[in-house]
Formats: sequence, structure tokens, C-alpha cells
Amino acid sequence: MRPSRPVFVVILAISAVVAAQPRELRWAGDSEGGAPFVEADPSRPDRVVGFDVEVASLLARSLDRVPRFVNITFTSIDQSIARGDADIGLSGIEDTPARRATLAATIPYYRFREVLSVRDGDEGRFRTLSDLRGKRVGTLGGTIAYEILLGAEREYGLRAVSYEDDVHPYSDLIIGRVDAVLLDNVLAERRRQTIAGFTVQPQSVAIGHYVGVLAPSNAPLRDSLNETLRGAMRDGSLERILRAWGVWNDDQPALYARLLAGDQVPAVVVDDTGLETAASLGVLSQWDAAHRYLPSLVRASLVTLVLSCLAMALAVGLGTLIALGRVYGARPVGLVLTAYVEIIRGTPILLQLFVLYYGIAAAVRLPAFVAALLGLALNYAAYESEIYRAALQAVSVGQLEAARTLGLTERQVLTLVRGPQAFRLALAPMTNDFVAMLKDSSLVSVLTVLELTKQTQIFATNLGSWVVPGLLCAALYLAMSLPLSALARRLERRWKAPAA
Amino acid sequence: MSDALLRLQDVGLGRGTRRILDGVAFAVARGDLVAIMGPSGSGKTTILRTIAGLEPFERGEIVVDDVRLRGGAPAGMGTLRAIRRKVGMVFQFHHLFEHLSAIDNVCLAPVHALGIARPAAERRAHELFVALGVEHRAEAMPRHLSGGEAQRIAIARALAVDPPLLLMDEPTASLDPARRVELGELLCRLVAEGRTLVIATHDEEFARTWATRVLRVREGVVTERDNPGNNLGNKM
Repeated sequence: MRPSRPVFVVILAISAVVAAQPRELRWAGDSEGGAPFVEADPSRPDRVVGFDVEVASLLARSLDRVPRFVNITFTSIDQSIARGDADIGLSGIEDTPARRATLAATIPYYRFREVLSVRDGDEGRFRTLSDLRGKRVGTLGGTIAYEILLGAEREYGLRAVSYEDDVHPYSDLIIGRVDAVLLDNVLAERRRQTIAGFTVQPQSVAIGHYVGVLAPSNAPLRDSLNETLRGAMRDGSLERILRAWGVWNDDQPALYARLLAGDQVPAVVVDDTGLETAASLGVLSQWDAAHRYLPSLVRASLVTLVLSCLAMALAVGLGTLIALGRVYGARPVGLVLTAYVEIIRGTPILLQLFVLYYGIAAAVRLPAFVAALLGLALNYAAYESEIYRAALQAVSVGQLEAARTLGLTERQVLTLVRGPQAFRLALAPMTNDFVAMLKDSSLVSVLTVLELTKQTQIFATNLGSWVVPGLLCAALYLAMSLPLSALARRLERRWKAPAA
Repeated sequence: MSDALLRLQDVGLGRGTRRILDGVAFAVARGDLVAIMGPSGSGKTTILRTIAGLEPFERGEIVVDDVRLRGGAPAGMGTLRAIRRKVGMVFQFHHLFEHLSAIDNVCLAPVHALGIARPAAERRAHELFVALGVEHRAEAMPRHLSGGEAQRIAIARALAVDPPLLLMDEPTASLDPARRVELGELLCRLVAEGRTLVIATHDEEFARTWATRVLRVREGVVTERDNPGNNLGNKM
């Protein structure tokens, strides 16, 4: 069927409009990463600014496209690029052998140095990683710096502490939770402007580079962007951008000279000769990687299991007290406990964890594991208490009256009749919560506790793939939760609530 | 009636504007089997509950042996404990503890309320089970008992703490005619052993056959007292 004349004209007009629209270069970054990389413009928060924003514009212009920013969590940029959510990832993304192997990485456009920051006064004591035996050293999880610290754990016996952001390592350094921070010089300099009391050691631990990453199928686009970057190195436009953001230094001309001469630049150069990092930063096969990471995943599972068991035990104890207070307590006690339950249930657990660890750090400096344990226990206690309250109230009045007429005291009625019957009713939802706790415990990675999910994420970032780490992680979670469910089913069968 | 074990005087209780009990007064002599009769909602169960100390009342007084419950104020824990040593109660729906076996139901109060050693409590429970004909159900859970078995276990549980007065609410409600006769004979045996019984029922025939006295209650008022003329000796 041929379209009629007016329809044909409309289609033609629409096609013309669509054709006139400039094509986009979708680039992925994390505005939470902040200046000087990518941050929301303080004067116009709907816009982003930063040197990566300007590099993205430069690349888009060379392709005659319009840059469009796609906000993606930093740790997910590689995966998002691989699945095609954006054309290129640019957000202070480190050049690593794994990225080169699994994605189409551009040539580097910035050289950085991994530097050690220590509290003022410690600069003579902690000059290099080898000086930090037995000390806690913080960094961002899933970065080159973290891999270096893992190597230094084995080599020098220090303790690597993984953070989710680059602010808290430095604030924890100041209050003494860690004794040093290893991060790149751009991040260290940025923090020095807002946090006082630490010194950046002049000797660098390693040299690395920022690159753009594209999907492997986008290699032709990557090649053309590499040409644009070389052009920008030659004509000084990259220098202008980096100078404008205060991150230009003498390392960059040296890098650009090598790249323009056609030399290959290694992804990472570790200056600390004592560290055996070739294996940790090299490209591993999935099998080798699984083999290498399995012990740390098993260790992390143990953290998850111990943390969940202890937190659940505390939550059950506290929840029971809250439920008893609400069922038997005087009105003011009931009101206070109701308020507690409502506040805990009405606010996110992440916020509660942050308040416990960072919020009250000025007054009480809880160790990370203790804060995580308390946070989970206090949160779950509120939910448990509601289960127990409902279960206590579900025990029929007839049962209680029968116990009373036999001459049992109220305490005996509770411990011998009401409590045991309520327990049977609460058992199934309690088990459900325990299994949920096993998985919710992954939230405590924001407090630097390295549990199973966080360890998997680090593993996946370093490997550039979620397939093997994800399968291993799922298997470990199931290995913990399935026996628990089986045990609960046995208990339920043994203490089956009647007339169910 | 000078040897009264139980005496109610002018007992009154209301909920909102509705009178549940209005000046209830009667006495029960030791060794009596008194049936309180009346239509549903007439207040007969409430009378049993006030005697057992489960229902605070507004006015009047209840005396069981030498323990006195007064209307108008909630009874203290000491008074309630004392009254419950005197009064046992078998509920219409038995209310056996669902999480405990029959023997554990019966041993619970002797062990925990009276401080009797477990082996002694079990021996007593066993004697009661034999007397009530349920010794083969000692280890059964309540959900596996028939209505008649559950009632006998509930009677054993009430008798295990040896109260002189036993209250039973609608004891024939879930029994077939043959079981009703068995129950009547059992109650007579209890009376013969020196126990005093007050049962709330609307089973006219059962009351007339087995009770030594019948009280009729209507809208919270005892309207009629009659003696069915039964002589316990004839029934045994």
C-alpha cells in the first residue's frame, strides 16, 4: 500500500527533523566522584563540570557529536560500558591490564602518582609502605592502590582497609582509625584543600594513568578517539583543560612525548621495588583469578557469617526486651519503645550505619566491626520486636487464663506458656529475617568492613567481569543460607505450632 | 448451709450500661454438686470466672473457704494466689497448653506453682490419668486428643494441684450421650472423694440427673433455686 500524499509529506518532514538532530556521544561518569573529575555545577546543579567533562566535550566535538552525560556509579562504569549504556566511560578511570584486556581502552590522557598520606607528625615515621607493618592503611576499594595494599599486606604485614569513597579515608586518618592513606595525587591534593592535619609524602609508590574505556566492539571508535587525544596533546588543548582544573604538572609532558613518539606506555609502574605486583596487577585468566581470590572470598564469607550470627543474637535479645516492654510495660515505657521502633523502621539502615560509624565518631570512636554489629543489631531488633509482639499477642487469652487459674505467677505464665507458644509462631519469620540479615550484612561495607559482597565487587572490578566472581559469591551465600533454612525447617517441624 | 465452702453475696458486675451480674448470692456446701443453668448470655460463665479470680467485679464479695475476694477493687496478687489454691477450673474449650504433652500439662502447676519434685508430680498425674481412664494418652499432644480425652486431661490438670472446689464450664458441650453418662459418674466419684463441684451448663437433663442443687440464672440474676431431689448415693 502506497502512503497517501499528505502522509508522505509528514514522514518526510519528520525524517528531516530527525536527520537534522546532531548525533550524541554518550559518556559515562560518576558525578559523586566530584571535582576536579566530574561534579554537579554548584551554580547549575543540572549540569556537570570537571576536566573529564571537558575531555568528553573535546572528544565529542572531534566526532561532530554532542556530548551527553550518563551518570553511572563509579564501580559499575566498566560493566555499563560493556553492555552499551554509554559509548565511553571517563571519570578518573585507571588504566589497568585487566581493563586493557576486557575493554577497548584509549591511550592515557593523564599520568598520576599513588602517594602515601600520613598524619602531621608521622611523616618521619611512615615514609613508605614498608614502614607500616601492623598498621591500617585506607584506600578506595577496587583501585590500583587497593591492589598495591593487598600486595603490601602479604609483603609488609600492614592491613588494607577498603573505603567506598575518597573522603572518609582521610577523615579516619585524622581521627586515628587508619595510620595512612594510599590514593592518587589528584585525590590527595583535593582532600588537602578541605581536611587539615595530614601530609602527603613526596615519594610516590606507583605511577598510573587515567584512560577512557569503550566496549570491545567499539575499537574503531576508540582508535579515532586516540587520534583526537594525540592531536589535543600536540596542540596544547589537553594542557589547557588540565591547567584550568589545577592538575597539570611535569609528569604530563613526559607522558605525552612518549605517546606522540608512538611508544607503548605500561598501565602501571610500581616504584616500590619490594612489592611483587606483577601478578596482582596482571591479566589473569578467569580460572587463575578464581583460584587467587577464593581464599579471600572464603575469609569474607566468614566475616559475613560471624557478623550476621552475632548481630542476629543481639537483635533477638533486644527485640525480645522491646516486645516485652511494649506488651507488659507501663505506658511511658511503651511509648518510648514504640518511638524507637518507628524511628528505626522509618529511616534507611545505611543512614543508621553512617551515623553510628561516622556521625558520632567525634564522641565515641567505634571500631568498624563493632559499629557494623551494633548497626545491624539495633536495626533488626526493631523488626524482630514487632514479630515477637505479634506472636505474644497471638497466644490466646484462654491459654493465659488456664495458666493463671493453676496458680502460676505472671512471670511463670510468660516463661512457661506464653513465651514458648509465641516462639513457635515467631520461628518462621525469624528464620526469614536471619537469611535476610546474611544478605543485608553486605551494607556494612560502607563502614570499611570487608564482607562477601564487597570482596566480590573488588574481585569483579579487578577482573573486569562479574561472571566468575558472581557465581562464587552466590555459591558462598547459598552455602551459608541453605543449611540455615534446613535447620529452621527442622525446628519448625519439631515445635510445630498447633492448628496451623 | 453453715459448712459452706463457697459463698457469694450481692455480687454485681456491669459492662457499660449492661448488667452482667446483678446481686448474685448463693452458697455451696462442701460435697455439693451445684449446676448453674441458664440460657446463653445469662451470666453463668461469668459467675464461674469471678469465683476463679479471672473477672474483677464491682460490688459484693466471694468467700472460698477462708479466702475473701471483694468487689470494687482488683484483688492483690497474694489473694489471687490463695484463691487459686482453693479453686480449680475446667474451661469449656479445655485450653490445654498446646505446646505440652498431656502429662506435661498436668505436671506444670505442681512442679512450678507448688514446688513438687517432678517424679512425685508424674506419679500423681499418672494416678489421675488412671482414675480418669486416659492413662494411654499421657504422652499425646493436645491437638491429637479427642474432645472427651481433652476434657479428662483438663480435669486431671485442675485436680493435680488438689483444689477443694472445682469449677466446670459447659462440661457436656462436646460429649455424646454415652460420654455424658461417664462424665456424670466421674463427677459423682469426685464428690464422693470430698470435692465440691460447681458446673455451668444449659444441659437440663444432665443437671437434673447428676446435680444435688440447681441454680437458675437469667440476665445476671439468680431467679430460682431448686433441689432436683437427687441423692448422690443413688447414682454411684
